[in-house]
Amino acid sequence: MLADALLIAGKDLRIELRSKVGLGQMLPFAVLVLVLFGLALDADDALLTRATPGLYWIAVLLAGLLAVQRSFAVEAAPGVTDALRLSGLDPAGYFLGKFAAIAAQLVALEFVLGLGVVILYGTELGGPALLFAALVGATVSIAAAGTLYGVLAAGLRVRDTLVPLLLLPALAPVLLGATRATEAALEGDLGDGWGWCGLLALFGVLYLGLGLLFFGTLLEET
Amino acid sequence: MAPAVPSDAVVLQSAVVLLDRFPALAGVDLDVARGEIVLLRGPNGAGKTTLLRACAGLERVSRGSARVLGVDVVTSPRAVRRRVGMLARDEGLYDDLDAAANVRFWARAAGADGDDTDRALACCGIAGRVGAVPAARLSTGQRRRTALAVLLARRPELWLLDEPHAGLDRAGRDLVDELVVDAARAGATVLFASHELERAESLATRIVTLAGGVVRTDTGSPEVTGVG
Repeated sequence: MLADALLIAGKDLRIELRSKVGLGQMLPFAVLVLVLFGLALDADDALLTRATPGLYWIAVLLAGLLAVQRSFAVEAAPGVTDALRLSGLDPAGYFLGKFAAIAAQLVALEFVLGLGVVILYGTELGGPALLFAALVGATVSIAAAGTLYGVLAAGLRVRDTLVPLLLLPALAPVLLGATRATEAALEGDLGDGWGWCGLLALFGVLYLGLGLLFFGTLLEET
Repeated sequence: MAPAVPSDAVVLQSAVVLLDRFPALAGVDLDVARGEIVLLRGPNGAGKTTLLRACAGLERVSRGSARVLGVDVVTSPRAVRRRVGMLARDEGLYDDLDAAANVRFWARAAGADGDDTDRALACCGIAGRVGAVPAARLSTGQRRRTALAVLLARRPELWLLDEPHAGLDRAGRDLVDELVVDAARAGATVLFASHELERAESLATRIVTLAGGVVRTDTGSPEVTGVG
């Protein structure tokens, strides 16, 4: 399973490095969202400071959607789905590979956006352990749910619009948990933050488990 | 004691495959022995592609029975997939990966040996400059050769070829014929669908004609020997 996961993740990341879609579209889009939020709220510095965690995670979610869609768009090339089924790859390994590649792109995205909020919004980072835990929990959750919903919509012509419709409501708890945990980290109110990190961990484990169990069935059906 | 290897590569009995309720295969009976090279011919919509896909475990046989390489593909279609190789009309290549990377990826995914992959790349003319070209920029013939290299690297027991000569130049077509004959000599079984009858009929050891989702004529199964 792990060998298959590494193979798939390596292939996906190689495709992204060569096509530069992530670099050329996802990152600029995410930074643009941050800039637009900044422009909209600049007159009220206090509001921008208060809203920074939420704005950050909304930007991550929206740009993360592009990563999920892109990840399954490459599998929609003619004949690829059949070739995958014929390869005999372990579906759980395939799920983990797609998950890992999306997660790696999210980490890069979160790092760049983190720099963005520091530079554009003047945010002072604090609570590094809690912040790190929130980033890990949210990244795992978004990538796992994204991979699961991505394959669900993969075979459909309405894939591009269906993925956001399915994924954004499903990720509402992640947005809430990640925002609250980040707020707590930035404000130094660590006790509350760890509780929200627990929610993120629960969500991430749930979607990882669902993916490992049902990805093969979904792959067959799509 | 090693398990007995079934002598038939494909055994279909009254096999029905429905595509959106339409019976693309409407009760096919077909026995193919190991080592045979079987040409499936027939008009468009006769069920040739569906038959190949059913043998690959890619289409569900909803009625009748179907055993491929000893595996019941009605109940366990996944179990046979790694043992068959299919050259379909859609090559199944990642456009952003170069040709050689595509072959290496699919070969590794199917558990193929690295040396076999190198040999397949060289044999199909993908090892050199063409190998470094992204699949999106390959010509139709080069894409077919890349897909052929994937098939070759996998060394499947059952070759399922859908219009294998399409899109290839003369050298490419000769290469396909050569690989098919070599595969059969090595003990693999080949089922292929083609409209290029002159070339295909000289390659095949047996010809099966399909029409309306059933077998109309079958030249029978000759003694399975090397083809040359």
